[in-house]
Amino acid sequence: MKSHVWRPLYIVLGIIGLLLIGQLFLVPDDFGVWERGYMYGWHRKGNEADWKAFKVKYRTAAYCKDCHEDKYNDLRQSPHAAIMCENCHGPGLTHPEDPPTLTIERRRELCIRCHSRLPYQASGRGAIRGINPATHYPEAECVMCHYPHNPKREAKR
Amino acid sequence: MIDRRGFCKKALLIAGGLAIPISALEIFDPKNLLAEKDDQGKVRWAFLVDTYNCVGCGFCVKACKVENEVPLDANVTRTWVERYILTRAGVPYIDSPKGARDGFTGKKISLGEEGVIEIRDEDISKAFFVPKLCNQCDNPPCVQVCPVGATYQTADGVVLVDRDWCIGCGYCIMGCPYGVRFFHPVYHVAEKCNFCYHRITKEMKSACVDACPFGARRIGNLRDPNDPVTKIIMSERVAVLKEEYGTKPQVFYLGLSREVR
Repeated sequence: MKSHVWRPLYIVLGIIGLLLIGQLFLVPDDFGVWERGYMYGWHRKGNEADWKAFKVKYRTAAYCKDCHEDKYNDLRQSPHAAIMCENCHGPGLTHPEDPPTLTIERRRELCIRCHSRLPYQASGRGAIRGINPATHYPEAECVMCHYPHNPKREAKR
Repeated sequence: MIDRRGFCKKALLIAGGLAIPISALEIFDPKNLLAEKDDQGKVRWAFLVDTYNCVGCGFCVKACKVENEVPLDANVTRTWVERYILTRAGVPYIDSPKGARDGFTGKKISLGEEGVIEIRDEDISKAFFVPKLCNQCDNPPCVQVCPVGATYQTADGVVLVDRDWCIGCGYCIMGCPYGVRFFHPVYHVAEKCNFCYHRITKEMKSACVDACPFGARRIGNLRDPNDPVTKIIMSERVAVLKEEYGTKPQVFYLGLSREVR
């Protein structure tokens, strides 16, 4: 057969070959079909480790307890016991190294997340004691009169 | 010289050979078959949302955004809380201002571009909050549509997104029936809740679970029969969102109502 018939075939084979060589360099070794099969598990295995190495910011109360035992015990015996320290004090990260001091949320906006009165009986919100933020001392910060670690007690400052 | 008959035969042979995908040969690997039939993993993460306990404080949304580095002011979030208000006339009002990042602090309901509306207390027949997050479906449609294998399911059931591999085509965002996916405003790749994979694999709980003071959000391992969350899912009346889609969601709700979509 004449060569002009075969020539396009050689070109196509060449292109396929180049693509295969390119794939060899561009696709990581751990890319393949893993535990969940071809439809759901076709991925780069190393990415699972990447996500596991993601930085933890919120350390939970167990991390705060060792140094701030007094505050921890205050909170535990109050109606606010269920609230995690970091909800108001910000993420612990590696405090006290970084950051040395946490940014504490003292604004009314924090307290009225729960204590703005909404009479929704179908949810737990209806049972929480609340105020109307527009009429209940709108100029004041809540912490001026209420001690957040134990709202049953007077404000400390 | 090739004749017409020979040419047709060879052409058909080549076309037929090309039509056999390489994956067709892989099906006969017994190891893969077994893995697809009943995977023997010891962990399958599942989530339990108790809507009776949710008060709409939004601490979960704030904690999620900080923990997972989703900018606080961007109008996207991995998890959000919806408020449902049903009037006595049977009209449902649903809102989630900023995904409830700052909680629900007033009676005004956001109607989007149409402004706000306030329903009088005596006109409300029922009102409640529903937290939403990725359902980590057993049949995740978002994974099926990914053309490059950038989103996938791990052996313990969590659907992850490979940020280095995602090309940003957005098919998965369109494919998710629950609308939990979005483009990350910083990395410009698909982003979604992953149950805080970096925490649950370190014996910690998801950030939203730790942040919730009311126990409305809980995470557990379905393969452990002694797990308190698994016990509730197995023994109580739980529901999932959009069951009719066949996605097999693994976020279970207590106290779900007909109006919740």
